[in-house]
Amino acid sequence: MSRIEFDRVSHDFGAEQIVDGVSLTLTEHRVGIVGANGSGKSTLARMINGLVTPKSGRVEVDGLDVARRGREVRRRVGFVFTNADNQIVMPTVREDVAFTLRRHKLPAEDAAARVEATLERFGLTALADRPAHRLSGGQKQLLALASVLVADPALVVADEPTTLLDARNARLVSEHFAALEQQLVVVSHQLELLDEFDRVIVMEAGRVVADDAPGPALATYRALIG
Amino acid sequence: MIGVYHPGDSLVHRTPALVKLGLLAAAVTVVALQGSLIALGIAAVATALLFLPARLPPAAVWGQIAPVLWLLVFAVPVQWLFAGWEAAATMGLRLVIAVALAALYTLTTPVTATLDAMQMLLRPFRRWIDADRVGLALALAIRCVPLLAEIVREVLEARKARGAEGSVVALAVPVIVRALQTADHLGEALIARGFDD
Repeated sequence: MSRIEFDRVSHDFGAEQIVDGVSLTLTEHRVGIVGANGSGKSTLARMINGLVTPKSGRVEVDGLDVARRGREVRRRVGFVFTNADNQIVMPTVREDVAFTLRRHKLPAEDAAARVEATLERFGLTALADRPAHRLSGGQKQLLALASVLVADPALVVADEPTTLLDARNARLVSEHFAALEQQLVVVSHQLELLDEFDRVIVMEAGRVVADDAPGPALATYRALIG
Repeated sequence: MIGVYHPGDSLVHRTPALVKLGLLAAAVTVVALQGSLIALGIAAVATALLFLPARLPPAAVWGQIAPVLWLLVFAVPVQWLFAGWEAAATMGLRLVIAVALAALYTLTTPVTATLDAMQMLLRPFRRWIDADRVGLALALAIRCVPLLAEIVREVLEARKARGAEGSVVALAVPVIVRALQTADHLGEALIARGFDD
C-alpha cells in the first residue's frame, strides 16, 4: 500500500479557511472521508494528486512531494470525479479508455489488449463503440473508473463518485469500488459505501474531528449532522 | 464525428485514416473544380457505389446527408433564379457529393484514428508544432460539442421554467458561466489523467 502523508496542511480560498492544519498518515487499503458540504473533504482528497496545492504544509505520496513531483505522483494516483461528464474526453467508450494510455507509449497491441480487458472487467464491452456522452449516469461513472484503472494506478482517489447517481447505479458503482485491489481513498456522502472500509476520517470546518474505524467514526458524523 | 462511427471490417473501414483523408481531400478538390454536369453525375454515382462495400445502416447515412439537403432547398432556387438551372444543379451536386464523401469517412473512421493521422501528418513539423497537443485540442473540441449542447438545453429549460423565454441575458449568462466551469473541470480531469504539460 502507498503511504499518504499530510503534514500540517492548510488551505484557504481568500477569507474562507478550507483545510486547517491537518496532519494524517494514510496506509490502509480503504480510507473514507466524510463531512458536510464545505468541510474541506474534497479539497483534502484533491491534494493527494496535486489538483490542489496547499497554501502551507506538505503532502507526500510514497515520499514524493506532491507539490514538486506532481507528475510522478499522478502516475501512481488515479482520480475519479463526481461528475463523470467532466472526465470523459473522447467520443466513444473504447476511445476514452484508450485515451488514458496515449501518454504511456505502450506498443499498440499491448494497449489494445489492456483496453479490451478493462472494458470487459467493467461490463462495458457491449457499449465499447457507443457515444460516451449518451450513456446512463451509472455507465458514465463506470467508464470514468475504467479510464482511470486502465493505467493500473497504485492508488485511486474518488470524490463523491456516487452523488449524482440513482440508488441502483450508486450500488452498482459502489460494488465496483468495493472490489478494487488498489488502495482507495473515497470522499462520500453515501455512508453505507464506507461501512466495510478500514478507516474513516470525519471533517468539520477544515479540521479532522474523528479518525477511527467506520462504526465509531460514522456515529460521530451522524451525531454532527444531527 | 461525435459518436457517428459505425464499426465494421469492410475494406473502407480497414483503409488507414491517412489514406482516406488524402483521398477525401483529392476527391473533394476534383469535384469542386469540375464544371461539367455529366462528370458530376458520374461522380455522384461513383460516390453512391462507394457506400455499398462499407455496409452502413441507411439511417446513419441519411442522418449525415439530410441536413445539407435542407440547405439546398433554399440555396438551389436562389442560385437558379440568379445564375440559371445549370449553375444551381452544379452547386447542388458538388455539395451533396462532398458531404457524402465526408460522411463516408466519419462513419467508417474512429476519432482516434483521425487524431493519429493528424499527428502523423504533423510529424515533419514537430520542431514548430506539438502534434500531441494539436491532437488533444481536436479531441477536446469534438468532445465539447455535446457538452455545450447539453448545457444550452438545460439552461433553455430553466429559462422556460422561470418564465423568461425571450431573455437573452437569462440564456447567455448561465451558459457562459457553466461553459467556463466545465472547461475548468475538464482541465482538472486532463491533469488527473496525466496530460499536465
